[in-house]
Amino acid sequence: MRKNYKLSITNFKFLISAIGLLMIASPAFAAEATKPDTGDTAWILVSAALVMLMTPGLALFYGGMVRRKNVLGTIMHSFMAIPIISLQWILIGYTLSFGPDISGFIGSLEWFGLNGVGLTPSHYAPTIPHLAFMIYQGMFAVITPALISGAFAERMKFSSYVIFILLWTTFIYDPVAHWIWGGGWLAKLGVIDFAGGLVVHVTSGISALAAAMIIGHRKGYLQDSMPPHNLPMTVTGTAILWFGWFGFNAGSALSSGELSTMAFVTTHIGAAAGTVTWIIVEWKHRGKPTMFGAATGSIAGLATITPAAGFVGPMSALVIGIAAGSICYIALNSKTKLGYDDSLDAFGVHGVGGIIGTIGAGLFASAAINGINGLYFGNPQQLINQLIGIGAVAVYSFVLCAIILKVVDALVGLRVDEHTEVQGLDIVLHGEEGYFI
Amino acid sequence: MKMVTAIIKHFRFDDVRKALTDIGIVGMTAIEVKGFGRQKGHMEVYRGVEYEVRFLPKVKIEVAIPDEQLDKVLDVILKSAKTGDIGDGKIFIYDLQDVIRIRTGERGEEAI
Repeated sequence: MRKNYKLSITNFKFLISAIGLLMIASPAFAAEATKPDTGDTAWILVSAALVMLMTPGLALFYGGMVRRKNVLGTIMHSFMAIPIISLQWILIGYTLSFGPDISGFIGSLEWFGLNGVGLTPSHYAPTIPHLAFMIYQGMFAVITPALISGAFAERMKFSSYVIFILLWTTFIYDPVAHWIWGGGWLAKLGVIDFAGGLVVHVTSGISALAAAMIIGHRKGYLQDSMPPHNLPMTVTGTAILWFGWFGFNAGSALSSGELSTMAFVTTHIGAAAGTVTWIIVEWKHRGKPTMFGAATGSIAGLATITPAAGFVGPMSALVIGIAAGSICYIALNSKTKLGYDDSLDAFGVHGVGGIIGTIGAGLFASAAINGINGLYFGNPQQLINQLIGIGAVAVYSFVLCAIILKVVDALVGLRVDEHTEVQGLDIVLHGEEGYFI
Repeated sequence: MKMVTAIIKHFRFDDVRKALTDIGIVGMTAIEVKGFGRQKGHMEVYRGVEYEVRFLPKVKIEVAIPDEQLDKVLDVILKSAKTGDIGDGKIFIYDLQDVIRIRTGERGEEAI
């Protein structure tokens, strides 16, 4: 292992020159006896591109919800997660998440700088090149910290945000991805998470709650009127997210065939049921069906079906989507009573949705779909596993995220000054404006 | 001369414009504005968070007229802008000191 590590340091130095890159590429990247399946590879590469598109979709989803003076700063939080976390991922994120296991807690640094991660398939996905699996997983790492940005929208410093997402991904996303998808202790325990209910939505949603509590509410929250400045932008983002989610969930089959088809269908059913349920509940409760409610309900349905997508059948997906629409609606309507300003509802949608979906997988998983039964099919142990998974991931995410935020606050300060907050982040932090009359 | 400023509902705007041009008013200025009166604002709910929208959108039109047209102008605005519901708006009338047509330098009623 030590020898490999030294080799990777050498490789890293070579990365600086293009010639060096080609030289080190030859041993690891050479095609070997095991040929990848072309259909599987094509689907995973397309899925990776679909998941990539979700982050700009999230940027529009969030961008429309803030006040016009903060539209670019908010969009930039999501957009900059793409390049920053992509580089973190190829250097250390991938090896920490999926590298050879250390005590079930973290991956080793053996694959530092993608050392040894080549075109030969890995044990994670035996029919696609290892690099295809790597880049597909990288897109998940990218969108997850961007989801948290909804909690501290309109008041966090950009410099602190960059430091925060690097620390958060390294110390929360990478270990939790390892626990569940990298063969870590939760995987060994039998916790199932098809496409990221725990790894993506519970980590980001619970961290969002911690962030909203630590950074404090926006100036004027609940006194000033701060409605979304551009809901059509939010709806455009919603459409892109829904579209990209097919890559997120159906791609998580890591192959192209029966399982990806089932996950594709359950994903769509979850989204549709979440949307219709939200609208019905809202119409009854508030008297009017809103487009913003429809958009929120669809994202709640998608987030909630995510952990269950490749484990449950269509009718179970319908039940999970209905639960998503109704419970997330209640969560969002309770927010102002609880007093924290999770400005764009990262916790209420992703945290709550991720938890419901992870429980849903424990209830409705069917061996006929993907080899594992849940409580409803006679295996109560699966539900217990899921609850342990939720508890472990939620507590770890909350505590670690709180520590990271306190550290960043002590180092550079989390929050912009009052003048910047009133003037708008776009002009003061970025020197640009989204709109001119 | 008088300056008549009317704050009216958006959907009455076309009728008011037509009624004024029909009685021979040759020019006006219109702008979209926000405000409140005794009607106050209304509540909007976004994802369960209630916001009081204090300023409601209205259209403000301004017409400069000779004194003898005032009664007729007020009459057609009242008729064409009125719905009978709250929020129909208001009319403000000012004395107009002078008017200048920039192209020719004409002043007073000639310039209207």
